[in-house]
Amino acid sequence: MGLVVSAIAFLFAVAVVGAAAKRLPQAPTVVYGGTAAACALIALWAALRLAGGGADADLVLPVGLPWIQAHLRADALSAVFLIVVNLGGITASLFGWGYERAHHESHGASQDGPVLPLYPLFLAGMNMVLIAADAFTFLLSWEFMSLASWLLVLSTHRDPETPKAAHLYLLMASFGTACLLLAFGVLATAHGDYSFAAIRAHAPAAGAAALVVALILLGAGSKAGLVPLHVWLPLAHPAAPSHVSALMSGVMTKVAVYAMIRVLFDLLGEPEWWWGGVTMGFGALTAVMGVLYALMQDDVKRLLAYSTVENIGAIVIALGLALVFKAAHTPVIAALALAAALLHVVNHSLFKSLLFFAAGAMLTATGSRDLNRLGGLIHRMPTTAVLALIGAAAISALPPLNGFVGEWLLFQAILNAPALSEWSLKIEIAVVGAALALATALAGACFVRLYGIAFLGRPRSRAAAEAVEVGRAMRLGMAVPAVLCVVLGVLPTPLIRLFEPALRLLVEAGPFDGRAYQPWFWLAPTSAIGNSYNGLIMLVVIALLSVVLVLGIHRKASDRVRWSIPWGCGFDGPDPAAVTQYTASSFGQPIRRAFGSTVFRARDHVDMPAPGDTRPARLSVTWTDPAWVVVVEPLARAVGWLAEKANRLQFLTIRRYLTLIFLALVVLLVMVAVTQR
Amino acid sequence: MTPLLATLYQILQMLLVLALAPLLTGWVRLVKARLVGRRGPSVLQPYRDLLRLLRKEVVLARNASWLFRAVPYMMFTAIWLAAGLVPVFTTQLALAPTADLIALIALLGSARFFLALAGMDTGTSFGGIGSSREMMIAALAEPAMLMIVFSVAILVRSTSLAEIADFMMSGAVGLRISLALALIALVMVAIAENARIPIDNPATHLELTMVHEAMVLEYSGRHLALVEAASMLKMLLYMALIACVFAPWGMATAGSGVAAALGGVVVFVAKLAVGGTLLALFETSIAKMRVFRVGEFLGGALLLSLLGAIFLYVSRGV
Repeated sequence: MGLVVSAIAFLFAVAVVGAAAKRLPQAPTVVYGGTAAACALIALWAALRLAGGGADADLVLPVGLPWIQAHLRADALSAVFLIVVNLGGITASLFGWGYERAHHESHGASQDGPVLPLYPLFLAGMNMVLIAADAFTFLLSWEFMSLASWLLVLSTHRDPETPKAAHLYLLMASFGTACLLLAFGVLATAHGDYSFAAIRAHAPAAGAAALVVALILLGAGSKAGLVPLHVWLPLAHPAAPSHVSALMSGVMTKVAVYAMIRVLFDLLGEPEWWWGGVTMGFGALTAVMGVLYALMQDDVKRLLAYSTVENIGAIVIALGLALVFKAAHTPVIAALALAAALLHVVNHSLFKSLLFFAAGAMLTATGSRDLNRLGGLIHRMPTTAVLALIGAAAISALPPLNGFVGEWLLFQAILNAPALSEWSLKIEIAVVGAALALATALAGACFVRLYGIAFLGRPRSRAAAEAVEVGRAMRLGMAVPAVLCVVLGVLPTPLIRLFEPALRLLVEAGPFDGRAYQPWFWLAPTSAIGNSYNGLIMLVVIALLSVVLVLGIHRKASDRVRWSIPWGCGFDGPDPAAVTQYTASSFGQPIRRAFGSTVFRARDHVDMPAPGDTRPARLSVTWTDPAWVVVVEPLARAVGWLAEKANRLQFLTIRRYLTLIFLALVVLLVMVAVTQR
Repeated sequence: MTPLLATLYQILQMLLVLALAPLLTGWVRLVKARLVGRRGPSVLQPYRDLLRLLRKEVVLARNASWLFRAVPYMMFTAIWLAAGLVPVFTTQLALAPTADLIALIALLGSARFFLALAGMDTGTSFGGIGSSREMMIAALAEPAMLMIVFSVAILVRSTSLAEIADFMMSGAVGLRISLALALIALVMVAIAENARIPIDNPATHLELTMVHEAMVLEYSGRHLALVEAASMLKMLLYMALIACVFAPWGMATAGSGVAAALGGVVVFVAKLAVGGTLLALFETSIAKMRVFRVGEFLGGALLLSLLGAIFLYVSRGV
């Protein structure tokens, strides 16, 4: 435990070096190298703890408020998320180092804002949230993490969109923290002790617990991007530099998932059946809406951020299922659902980081993240193209990659619904299953669109036609998560076994309980519905069949090849922005028409010139986001109004301040007198 | 059942589906031709077509990437493996525990994912039309398919196809409204997934209505042969799947010997003949629908399958 704290302290020290970046030419190397080393240390420590059974590690630091010390504890759940966060930290540092250098070479100066000192602080903040063991430390770390990421978003403040995104982010982050503050307040009311151990020992009454569930879903949900609180996420995550976007989207949302798991499964005690029902409902809404939003984006990074919303939805569905089965006293199935959630947490952090890195590579190579200005990059950036293809296939849940294993486990948990006793839950789970399947299929369409438009076809701009492959550090930063995507897809069982201590901690069962011993390359969790999956054999058979096929075809078939110009419907020419090619919007049109016309009131407007008129016809697409209209605008108005009112307090005379302080003192004393009686 | 015999059966199955797939397509074409009063080509014509394509040179678009050339192999392998996983003449297959129904659907999804990417690779408008429409159809067909799997899996208490076939053959299920709904939905999905009338017309090259054909328009030579053969395999796979879940009778099971397996092959061929005739009858009696009506058709399939699953989830005694 001391090791983790020293590693976090080291991250702070690295940040100081980063602050002196102007004078130290070696600062980027020190910052990214140091961050990667600290992250590697923490991740290794966490993995070893888990492998050793996941015993708790405690530490009490004499800091913080005078009479409350800072309680730190890393149990099995913290260890799982420490691995996720720091694995993301390692790859992001690797990529970020290359990104910084590429930026330096092309612009002659460092990145726009102070990324270097903030980057290690952001990672330190996320690590601190995971090991906090009292409400005060937790909230302080949470706010620290939020502010560090907010400043990182602002580091690209020269972009006119950024201040708006950052403002919205700040509003939603303060809203979320306020909800969490209230939640911990309610949890600690009974005994006045804010340490997690004390909260755990005193389960709140039913009404208070319901309030906590609602507050956590709002507070942690707004950070994770649950619909309809997701609106800030697709604006803020893409605004930051790409490796920071990867951390925010791939990793910080997982810290929010950690907060949900910590409170819902650990601190609140025995769950009620409807908690899971509500959680699952939000998850299903989030999954479907997130991917539908993603399908309509033309900005690569914003598309990826919306896809994060979708994946968070899938994770939250799994959490809801686990709660339902835990409340129904079928802990093994709860462990299955929770294993699906944790596996998807790892998977998503891997492929989302990979895809954000690929977006960063495209941005470095072409200076654009607008899909309609990309195209044909597979010829210009071959390595990035292969790695991004792995990422796109993994996130579309294609076997034998890792995204599929997470979905598979989740579907196995859904199939156990008939064992439940509440009818409403059974029907809900069937509908949630359909929603999840729909979201998965739409995600496939979404990533065919992203990859097909950005990497395949012909270049849509001069910059895309002249793109050059990115440097070695950036490629390595992408290769590490890509390899892990394949490895975890083929061999998921060892990882689930590694996470078993966390599952036992939360639901008191493991997903393989009661099954005969299985070899480590076989996946067949305990379930009322028979199942088994083996990614390794699948991969081997696919490889074998491919070899047979290629050999067979090339023995028999003609291997003559002729290169030619494809028929372009009469349009052709040297212009690289060839007009007949499908665009991102035209690819999305069938799905936009099938789904978007009702959900988003998406409309296509065709401006067709009269016959004889030579001006070009124009097609424009409009759509409105229901979440903006229903949730965000009223909320933003309310927060603005409150801030306006509170602002007056800052311009009072000293007399009035003294009166206010006196009145506050009187009110507090009265409260003490009333409650102490 | 020895592992050796199971492996032999597996290899036999892989070869059998490969050999029968063009025959099924030829049979459907022949019956369709006879139904509309033409003589029609021989049932063996698809084999000749494939061989001719294999011997032809490949014409590639100038900016086609390696992905375009690799995709026919990738999608054929995925569909071939998927077809090898559906029990057709025996439930004793070596690969049966490797992938269940959910993995099978995902395998077909991978084949479609890569083919749709290949459609985008040449940068022509036809490929884009085909890919975007195919993905729209898949976005509805795949969830419908999964809900069908849910109904069946909950009844049988397994997602493994071999166990599903065994259980259905034992007759322990009886008539179930959920199964009827699942069967209707599965047929609808199968029609959509195989680009048959009324969703798509495999014989058309009219640009406004093409879906699947538009996507593979730039393929030629051995690549086209692979893509076509994969489509044939996929049709066989869906018929085998419907037969395996809803009419598995005649298949060899755990205790039966090699003779039963050979009998299973004969029964399977008969099932394919019946399935092909029904498909041809259906296709000649219905008109193709507009592309944007497909959403309603498949939305209907999704709702039917969801209804079937909900009936099961809430019914007692499951």
